Amino acid sequence: MSTVTVQLFASYAETFGESTLEIPLAPHSTVGDVVESIRSLPGAFFLPKSLRVAVNRKFASVDQLVDSTDEVALIPPVAGG
Amino acid sequence: MSRVAIVTREIDVAVLIAEVQSSDFGAVSVFAGTVRDVNDGRSVTAIDYSAYTSMAESELAMIIAEAQDRFGVSAVVVEHRVGALAIGDVSVAIVAAHAHRAPALDCTRFVIDEIKQRVPIWKREHYTDGTREWIDPTISRGIATA
Repeated sequence: MSTVTVQLFASYAETFGESTLEIPLAPHSTVGDVVESIRSLPGAFFLPKSLRVAVNRKFASVDQLVDSTDEVALIPPVAGG
Repeated sequence: MSRVAIVTREIDVAVLIAEVQSSDFGAVSVFAGTVRDVNDGRSVTAIDYSAYTSMAESELAMIIAEAQDRFGVSAVVVEHRVGALAIGDVSVAIVAAHAHRAPALDCTRFVIDEIKQRVPIWKREHYTDGTREWIDPTISRGIATA
């Protein structure tokens, strides 16, 4: 089984204590599958019910397919300005 | 012309104004966001801004393209600063120029509102009591850390 690297930022990186996560990736996995795997990790209880995910620097829907070469990121609630 | 950038240096609003000015334009609208010393009733001493820089610049470019379509404003420059900012520092500047004031004003308002919704930038406030906290606009309080 391949994996995909998920980037973490800000409060998510601080709470997980990591800047990236390696998530197992079955064939035809979707963003929703990746999120489900992340939620099963120890310490993931703090994540909000609704998670924003970016794939290749664009916000992605839960049914978008994910490849091991994709740039995946969990986006905490944004607070620019 | 248009330009967006996530920067680690001070933002010089005068430079951005000069960048968009043209004899064709009768209006230059400027929005500058600055670090204030109180938030939600707590005394703030400083703010750390961080970003997913490549996506933030990509989202900013999309916002600018939408603004240009919507308001017919051709000249827009946006800079957002990241790193450790002090009280009074400019964190974001949006400068839009147009022949007339209404499109320029509408453009700056639209861009700052969209930044707050969808550009992956985060801030952690430092308080006078020594605590610090990630700001989560979707709830009243963020994740407190000592």
